Amino acid sequence: MSISKKDVEHVALLARLEFSEEELEEYTKQLNDILGYVDKLNELDTADVEPTSHVLPLNNVLREDASRDYLDNETALKNAPDKKDGMFRVPKIV
Amino acid sequence: MSANKYEAVIGLEVHVELKTNSKIFCACSTEFGAAPNTQVCPVCLGLPGTLPVVNKRVVDFAIKAGLALNCKIAEFSKFDRKNYYYPDLPKGYQISQYDLPICEHGYLDIEVDGETKRIGITRIHMEEDAGKLMHEGDAIAEAESSLVDYNRTGVPLLEIVSEPDLRSPEEAVAYLEKLKAILQYTEVSDCKMQEGSLRCDANVSVRPVGAAEFGTKTELKNMNSFKALQKALEYEIERQIDILEDGGEVVQETRSWNENKGITVSLRSKEEAHDYRYFPDPDLVPLVIDREWVERIRETLPELPDERKRRLIEEYGLPEYDATVITSSKDLADYFDRCLQYFGDAKKVSNWIMAELLRLLNARDLEAADCPVSPEQLAELLQLIDKGTISGKIAKQVFEEMFDTGKTAAAIVKEKGLEQISDAGELERIVEQVIANNPDPVADYRNGKKQAIGFLVGQVMKATRGKANPQLVNELLRKKLS
Repeated sequence: MSISKKDVEHVALLARLEFSEEELEEYTKQLNDILGYVDKLNELDTADVEPTSHVLPLNNVLREDASRDYLDNETALKNAPDKKDGMFRVPKIV
Repeated sequence: MSANKYEAVIGLEVHVELKTNSKIFCACSTEFGAAPNTQVCPVCLGLPGTLPVVNKRVVDFAIKAGLALNCKIAEFSKFDRKNYYYPDLPKGYQISQYDLPICEHGYLDIEVDGETKRIGITRIHMEEDAGKLMHEGDAIAEAESSLVDYNRTGVPLLEIVSEPDLRSPEEAVAYLEKLKAILQYTEVSDCKMQEGSLRCDANVSVRPVGAAEFGTKTELKNMNSFKALQKALEYEIERQIDILEDGGEVVQETRSWNENKGITVSLRSKEEAHDYRYFPDPDLVPLVIDREWVERIRETLPELPDERKRRLIEEYGLPEYDATVITSSKDLADYFDRCLQYFGDAKKVSNWIMAELLRLLNARDLEAADCPVSPEQLAELLQLIDKGTISGKIAKQVFEEMFDTGKTAAAIVKEKGLEQISDAGELERIVEQVIANNPDPVADYRNGKKQAIGFLVGQVMKATRGKANPQLVNELLRKKLS
């Protein structure tokens, strides 16, 4: 399994990351090295093994349905780079 | 008509907000209508280092909805991350369920043109709602910036996906109506489309009648009412048929219903479609649902619409049509039952609910739960008709005024002097006058044209502004004319 520069560009776009041409080359190589290393696991036959959903031997961690106040509006917006009318203001979307 | 050569294939994806006190993964309130960003905390704002904990009632409600929709409840289920960048989602992913949803393989029955049809439900899964965006400027495409309110972020949702079993806009609407009724009966959701607690997307394709393969589908969004769903589907089906008739090909894409223009417009094509990169959420451990839990929930299931409909037919002798309309909403069915506690004639109650009550609710854009006239008050009005205090015709006016002012029937009748004239002496005078003023119809009647009496009754009603007791008028006229 190997990934191309195009795959890296695609994933970068989905993650809203911008890379220079050198970075693209570098990450493509590094990612391929990592995948090559992990590929060793494919030597194991896992046909009859249930996929792991979680590494902890736990299930049904639940809370009761009770509500409480936590942050007031001012505190919630305290770290926002931009705000208006009690709301977070974000750049143009489309 | 080329339309007859094609059939539509429709599947619906419905999102409902669950009626819990707190959000799905944190204890913030889910109350609708609060000031922006006042029902938020580090968990639903996606601040680093926070951990989600599942609200038990969300799982209970998902199981309850699943049972009401005849689903298999999973013994093992888990949450996954659906990754995409959009500012309504502060974490950069939505916690949802991917390959192991809590419910699968269900169905519900709809009735269209007197025939019962079973519609498959593929799956039901739990997920968190996203925040609300307000775009600054007139149109989303021109907006320079957007404002975000995260109160809705983390409100629990069920996504209910149907099989592509629906073949017409009418069937789609019937399915959504039935689904809404069942969810309201089970009290897991308010299902208020105008508040967004019930939202619907549709997958639509067309194919030549008899073809085994599906055509290329489009996904329709932004249909905010049953009427919008119907019109959007009608438009989209016709659009696709036109393309095929012209020898073209339907493009797989997402399209948005534009209510004002009455058309669907392309939002994004498949090439730009999201690549969600689902993976199990490591912050949440799996759910193991033993059968005892499922049985405990099953015991809490109420009487569902189909059962209730059968009860109304058997217990009160209502016609099937009446029973269907009244049980289509739990609030309406409850209204009917309460009204009957005060006024025993089920058919009369049903007639008033179906004609006057529903007409005014629709005209004022209200749900049955918000009806300004209480069941007791409607019963009181029906008693006034029964006692002959007011005529049925006047009662309709009184009802509309009760609806708009909140006053009782007795108060309105008194205030406006609407009591029916049942005094034979007073009516006799008017009847004699009408006979004297209308020699032609009188002659017609006497010459055997018995239907001419209708006109004369009308004249008496006109002279009394509708207040005359119609039976008495009929009686008096016949007596005087014979």
